[in-house]
Amino acid sequence: MHELSIVMSIIDIATKQMEGADACVIEEIELEIGALSGVEENSFEFAWKQAIRDTPLQNAILKIHKPEGLATCLDCMIDFSIQQLYDPCPICGGHFLNIKKGKELKVKSLVVN
Amino acid sequence: MCATCGCDGQDHVHGKRIVDVEQDILHQNNLLAERNRGYFEAKNILALNLVSSPGSGKTTLLERTLMDLKGQLEFCVIEGDQQTTNDADRIHATGTKVTQINTGKGCHLDSQMISHALQGLKPKGDSIMFIENVGNLVCPAMFDLGEKERVVIISVTEGDDKPLKYPDMFFSSTLCIVNKTDLLPYVPFSIEKVKENALKINKDLHIIEVSCTNGEGLEEWYSWLKSKVLAPETV
Repeated sequence: MHELSIVMSIIDIATKQMEGADACVIEEIELEIGALSGVEENSFEFAWKQAIRDTPLQNAILKIHKPEGLATCLDCMIDFSIQQLYDPCPICGGHFLNIKKGKELKVKSLVVN
Repeated sequence: MCATCGCDGQDHVHGKRIVDVEQDILHQNNLLAERNRGYFEAKNILALNLVSSPGSGKTTLLERTLMDLKGQLEFCVIEGDQQTTNDADRIHATGTKVTQINTGKGCHLDSQMISHALQGLKPKGDSIMFIENVGNLVCPAMFDLGEKERVVIISVTEGDDKPLKYPDMFFSSTLCIVNKTDLLPYVPFSIEKVKENALKINKDLHIIEVSCTNGEGLEEWYSWLKSKVLAPETV
């Protein structure tokens, strides 16, 4: 359940940013959580609901972008989408890959008031 | 008066606005991990983060290593468990400096816990620091502690498809130790298959097979350790 630590970090980052902007409430938060980031969606939502109580994020609208996995085969130099870290290159079947997208774990923006 | 927070409107700006954040969620952990890394580098300490599921034999591997290499290398250990000091007691019995972190309900160590533990432990320079993470193949994968290398341990009683089931941990490790090889005749575990699966996740993963019971393969692990300590830093 590392999702709880993730949520706590988000609350921390968002609260600091809100205070830096001289605001007192967060109306919306936009996150980027890649498909290969290691965050389980259901656990995240469960932790989110519990942890935002009595924080400036309590009533915030949560928007999550979920970039799909994208890898480059370093032998064929082609890009292809992957669902799992062990997906092979569709051309050569190899695993000599560079992950380009899907590992994102970011707070993108806030709407504060 | 401000309808949102009840202030007199002097303290802060009112009105909806967008704040661009673009910050990594694990930023704080990563910053502290870099601080730990700097500490280790300055004191020439090789920090290794040992990760595995519970019961793969991490503590036994450490006990064996600490006893066998006593006098050859300097060691220090940080033990991570939810509860008890059992593991730290076992390490302490080998005469090695050790500290125990109890995470309570926490499922992983983070860089702040390590930073805190280092203050009390005061490890010697020119040494090896083993950080035995909480037995868990999922959560510790995301948290950099400031280690130089991450070592994932799997035992032959666990199933050779484990790298595929828990890919994140194998993806982020540099060495994989397959432990309890003395039990191979009794379990349906294929060394070839586990290697194949692990390399699918991480093509650069180095794999060493050991048995802490009969000592098989331990020399290769010790050579790996020594090569990491003695290798000059490439800049």
